[in-house]
Amino acid sequence: MPYTVPILNLLAACLLLISFAMLSRRRTQRLVNLFAWQGAILFLSTCLVAHSSGLHELYYSAALTLLLKVIALPLILHRLINRLGAQWDSETVVNIPLTMLAGLVLVIFAFGLAQPISMMATTITRNMLGIALAVILLSFLMMITRRKAVTQVIGFLAMENGLFFAATSATYGMPMVVELGIALDVLVGVFILGLFFFQIREQFESLDLRNMENLKED
Amino acid sequence: MTLPLIAEHPLRLLLYLITTWLALGLAGLPTPRGGRLVARVLFPLGAMICLAVATIAAIFLLTGHAPQTAILPFGLPDLPFHIRLDALSAFFLLILGLAGAGISIFSAGYFRAGEGTAPGLMGLQYHVFLASMALVLLADDAYLFMVAWETMALSSYFLVTSQHRIPEIRRAGFLYLLMAHVGAICILLSFGVLQGGSWQFTFDAMRHATSTLTPFLATTAFLLALLGFGMKAGLVPLHVWLPEAHPAAPSPVSAMMSGIMLKTAVYGFLRISFDLLHVRFWQWGVLVLAVGLFSAIYGAIFAAVQSDMKRLLAYSSIENIGIIFTGIGLAILFETSNLHLYAALALCAALVHALNHSLFKSLLFLTTGSVLHATGHRNLGKLGGLIRRMPWVATIALVGTLAIAGLPPLNGFVSEWLLLQSFLFTPQIPHAFVNMFVPLGAAVLALTAALAAYVMVKFYGVVFLGQPREASLSEARDPSWLERIGLLWLAIGCIAIGIVPQLAMRPAAGVTGMLLGQTVATSSLWWIAPIAPQQASYSGVILLAGILGTIGITFLLVRLLAHGRLRRVPAWDCGYPHQTARMQDTAEGFGQPIRHMFGAFFRIERDLPTPDDIAPRYRMRLEDRIWRTLYLPIARATQKIADMVSILQSGSLSIYLLCSFLTLIVLLVFVL
Amino acid sequence: MKSITVFRQFGEMLVAIAIAPLFAGWIAQCRAWMQNRSAPPLIQPYRMLRKLFDKDVALAETASPLFRITPYILFGTMVLAAAIIPSLATDLPFARAADAIALIGLFATARVFLSLAAMDIGTAFGTMGARREMMIGFLAEPALLMILFNAFLLFGSTALPSLVDGYRAHPSLMDPSIIFAAVAFVMVLLAENARLPIDNPTTHLELTMIHEAMLLEYSARHLALVEWASNLKLFNYACIGFALFIPWGIATHSADGVVAMLISDAALAIKLIVAGAALALIESLSAKVRIFRAPEYLAMSFLLAVLGLLVHLLLGAKQA
Repeated sequence: MPYTVPILNLLAACLLLISFAMLSRRRTQRLVNLFAWQGAILFLSTCLVAHSSGLHELYYSAALTLLLKVIALPLILHRLINRLGAQWDSETVVNIPLTMLAGLVLVIFAFGLAQPISMMATTITRNMLGIALAVILLSFLMMITRRKAVTQVIGFLAMENGLFFAATSATYGMPMVVELGIALDVLVGVFILGLFFFQIREQFESLDLRNMENLKED
Repeated sequence: MTLPLIAEHPLRLLLYLITTWLALGLAGLPTPRGGRLVARVLFPLGAMICLAVATIAAIFLLTGHAPQTAILPFGLPDLPFHIRLDALSAFFLLILGLAGAGISIFSAGYFRAGEGTAPGLMGLQYHVFLASMALVLLADDAYLFMVAWETMALSSYFLVTSQHRIPEIRRAGFLYLLMAHVGAICILLSFGVLQGGSWQFTFDAMRHATSTLTPFLATTAFLLALLGFGMKAGLVPLHVWLPEAHPAAPSPVSAMMSGIMLKTAVYGFLRISFDLLHVRFWQWGVLVLAVGLFSAIYGAIFAAVQSDMKRLLAYSSIENIGIIFTGIGLAILFETSNLHLYAALALCAALVHALNHSLFKSLLFLTTGSVLHATGHRNLGKLGGLIRRMPWVATIALVGTLAIAGLPPLNGFVSEWLLLQSFLFTPQIPHAFVNMFVPLGAAVLALTAALAAYVMVKFYGVVFLGQPREASLSEARDPSWLERIGLLWLAIGCIAIGIVPQLAMRPAAGVTGMLLGQTVATSSLWWIAPIAPQQASYSGVILLAGILGTIGITFLLVRLLAHGRLRRVPAWDCGYPHQTARMQDTAEGFGQPIRHMFGAFFRIERDLPTPDDIAPRYRMRLEDRIWRTLYLPIARATQKIADMVSILQSGSLSIYLLCSFLTLIVLLVFVL
Repeated sequence: MKSITVFRQFGEMLVAIAIAPLFAGWIAQCRAWMQNRSAPPLIQPYRMLRKLFDKDVALAETASPLFRITPYILFGTMVLAAAIIPSLATDLPFARAADAIALIGLFATARVFLSLAAMDIGTAFGTMGARREMMIGFLAEPALLMILFNAFLLFGSTALPSLVDGYRAHPSLMDPSIIFAAVAFVMVLLAENARLPIDNPTTHLELTMIHEAMLLEYSARHLALVEWASNLKLFNYACIGFALFIPWGIATHSADGVVAMLISDAALAIKLIVAGAALALIESLSAKVRIFRAPEYLAMSFLLAVLGLLVHLLLGAKQA
C-alpha cells in the first residue's frame, strides 16, 4: 500500500503531539482522555503495521491495546479520580512553557540518539524509533514535573505506551507472551497504585506528593 | 586627487589621512578652552577625512584590488611595523569612515566648554581614538596591532571619563579599562600561540605557521581570541563593562564606541579565526553561534527593562553584536561542513549587519545626545512628548528606530533577512544534533528581532511620544545645524542601504571572496537573491515604491472621495476626564511583561509601599545575575589574594630589601 | 511582463480590499448564529465604514503627525501584503520583491506604527494596548517564522508563490509536519488578529482590551482606515494559510486563461466561507485567556511549529 508509511508517520507525529499536550494540560481528567487517545493511536498504528507486514499476531496485541488502554484503564482512572475528588492538578513544579522547552530539547536528544539506530533497522517503521524514545522521555518528564499521585500514574502508563510503540516500530512487536505479561502487570499495577492512593490520602488527607517529603528521617 | 591615484596607492593615502587626524588633534591643544576652532574647523575637517577614508576603502573593495602591504620606517627597534590593506580591513575602514563622518560632524556641534574635558583636549583624544582604530584595522603584525589596540583602549578610556568628577563615571571608566586590559592580555596570548614556535609575529608568518598547529593549540588560540575580542565586543558574559561605560561617556563617544569600536573587535575576531587560523573545526562554529545567540537574546531582554535611554541602547548593542557573532558562527559551521556558498551568505549577513549597526546605533546614540542637551534628562521617566518640541530629531530618530527594529524597507531588515535566509540551510549540516538544534537558532533570532522592535517602540514611544512627563521639557529645542547634518547623514545611510542592499553587499562580497573564496550572487543592483531567485528574493526599492504608492493612493482617494473635516478635541481616553502625563506607561511599566516573562534572568529588588503610606514610593532595582554569580566572586578572590600578599607589607624597609634580596638569590640559583 | 499578469496583480489587490470587510462580516454572522443571537447583515462592516467616512474627525489636541499618518500606513502596508500573497494566482510580478520573511516584516511594520500611534496621545489605555500588542507580536513572530521554515524545508523556497507552485507540483506529498504547522498557524492567526483566546474583538471592557485599546483615540476616516486595515490583515492571514496548507484552486504559473481564473475565484470563495465558519466555531468554543496566559498559548504554537520541523527532519527527509 503506498500510503502506509505516510499514514504511519502521521500517527507517530500525533503520538508525539499528544505527549506534548499531556505536558501542557493542567486538569487530571483531560490527561486521562489524552492517554486514551494515545492508546487509540497506538491501536491504529499497530493494526497498520500488522496489515503491512502480514504478521497476524500483531492484531492480537492491537486488540489488547484497544481493550486495556483505550477502554479499561481510562475507565478505571476516571472512576478513581472521581472517588478521590482529584480532578485538579494545577500545581506543577516548573512552569509550563519551561517544561515544554525542556520537552523540546528531550525530543531533539531522542531524535539524535535514534538516528544511528534507525539506520540499522530494516523495518518500514524504523524512523519512528526516535518518536517512541521521545514519548518515553516526555512521559518521564511529566512524572518529574507533576506533584499529584494520579498524574504520576498516568505518566507511568504513557511511558509504557512509548515502550510498546518502540517495540512495534523497531522489531514488529515483542513475543506474545511478553506482551501479555506486561499488559497484566500494568493492570495489576494500576490496581495496586489505586489502593496506594487511598492509603496516601488517608495518611495526609491529600494526594499532594510534597507531603511525602516529610517521611524522610532528619 | 584623481581616481587612478586612489586606486594606485590606497595604503599610502590612508596613512596620510591617519597622520592628518593626529595633526588635527594636536592643533586643538594650544587653545583647549577655545571651542570655536575645534568646533568649526577641526571636527568638520576630521569628518572630511572620515569620508575620504570611506571613499578609498569603497574604491578598494569595488575594484577588487589585490592586498597592499608596506613596512613603516618606524616602530620598535629591529621590529618595523607592518601594515596591510586587504578586503577585510577595507570593509571595516568603510564602516569607520561612514559612521565616523556622521559622528564627527555631529561632535562639531556637540562638544562645548564647561562639560567635562575641555573641547581642545577632547578633540585630541577623539582623533587619536579614530586614528588608533584605523591602525588596528591596518596592522599586519602583532606588535602594531597590540600598540594600536591599547592606544584605542586608552584614548577611549579618557573619552569615557570626560566628566571624571562624577564618581559613577570614574567607576565605569575603571571597569572599562580593567576589562579592556584583561581582553588585551587574552589577545596577546592568542598571538603568542599563533606564532607556533616560529617567533615571527607578522600576520603573514602566522598564516603559514598556523597550518602546522596541533588541534589543541589551534583551539586554544581560537578560544583566547574569542575571549579577548569577546570582551571588547561585549559578548555575554563578558559584557558587564558595556552598559556602564556607554551611558557614562558623552553621546558622540558612545556612538563611536558602540558604532565603530565594537566592530574592531569583530574585525579582530574575523582576522584571527578566518584569516590566520583558517577555521578548522565545526565545534568552533557551534560555540560562537551559541554565544552569539545567547548574547542577542540576553541583550534584547535587558534592553527591554532599562529606564536610562543610553543604557537601553548599550544593551541593544550587546544584542546586535550577538546577531553579528551568530552570523559568524553560522559561517564557521557552514565553512567547516564544506557548504561554502552558505558560509559566504552567513558571513555576508554578519558583515552587512556590522555596517548597519554602526549606522543606526550611532544615529540613536547621537539623538540621545541631542535629547540630553535639550532637556538635561537621561532617564526615560522624565522625558516624553518630544516629537512636538524637537520634530527634527524625532523624525530622524524614527528612521533609526525602525531600522534597528529590523523593519522593511530599512537597512536593519536587510541583514536580518540575509541571516534568516542562511539559517534556512542549516538542516543540511552533516552533524546529528547540530542540524536539529541550529534551526531553532532561527527562532531565537526571530524572537530577538521581535524583542528589538518591542524595545525600540518603548524607546521611541516614551522619549518622543505621549505627553511630556516634566514641565521643563517645553523648553526643549532642536539642535544646531551641524548636529542635524550628522544625524541626517547617518539616517540617509540607513535608508540607502535599506533600499539598495547591494551598497553594503557588494563590499561585503569582497570580504567573503577573500576569506572563503565564495561570494553570494549579486546579479542586479536593485535585487538581492542570494542563492536563487525562485528560492527567495527581496527588493527594497520596489517594496518602498509599493509602500509609498499604496499609501499615497490611499491618501489621495480618501481626500478625494471623503471630506476632510477635522476638529481638535481633548483626548478621549474612554471618557476619563482627569488625564495627566503620569498616567502613561513609564519605561518600567512598558518593560513589565518582559520582566514577568523572563524573570529568571534578573535579580529584582523591590520596595512596595504599604497601602496607608502618605507619600508612597515605588522603587525597583534590576540587576544582572551574571554580575553576582561570575564577577563578584572573582573580585572577592582577587581581594583575598591581595590581602594575603599584603602580609609582606610591614612598613619596614629592611624587610622589603630582604624580599628583593631573596628573590635575587632564588633567581640566581635557577639561572646558574 | 505580460499585461495579463499586471492586471492580475492589481485585480488581486482590489479583490482583497473589496472582500476583506465581507469576510469579517461573515465571521461575525457565523458567530452570531452559533451563539443563538440574531445575526447582523453581511454588509454591516461596509455600512460601518461608510458611516465612519461620513463623520468629522475628532482629533486629540496632543496628537502629532505620526498619529495622523499611521492609518494610511496601516492600510497601505496591508494592501501591499495582499499584493504579495498569492490568493488567486501565483504569477504575481510584485511578489518577487518580498518573500514571506519580508511579509512578516511588513506586518511588523504595521504593528510598530500602530503601537507608536497608540502611545502618541499619551493616555493610559493607549500605552497599555501598545505594550500588550507588542508583547503578543514578539511571541507570535518566531512561531510564524518556524511555520515558514517548515514550508521551506518541504518546497525549498520562502517566496509564497513558489511554495504554492511547489505544492501543486507534488500534490501527493503529505508530510506530517504540515499538520503541526497548520495547527500552529491557526493559533498564530487568532493571536495576531486579536481574535478570541487572546483578545476579544467585540469587547467593551477597556482593561481586557489589546487591539481595541490602541484605537480608542481614532475616529471617523482614520478609524475607518484602521478598521479596514485590520479586516485586510485577517483576510491576508487567511490567504497565507490557504497558500501554505490548502493551495488547491490557485492559478499557477502554467495555468493561464479565463477558466483557471474562474476556478481560482470560486476556490477562494469556498475557502473563505469555510474558513470563516471554522474561525467562528473556534471562537465560540474558546474562552478568553488571561493576558499572562497568552505567552503560554503562543509558546504552544511555537512548539508545535518546531515539532513539525523536527518531525519532518526525522521522518520526512528520507522518504522525500
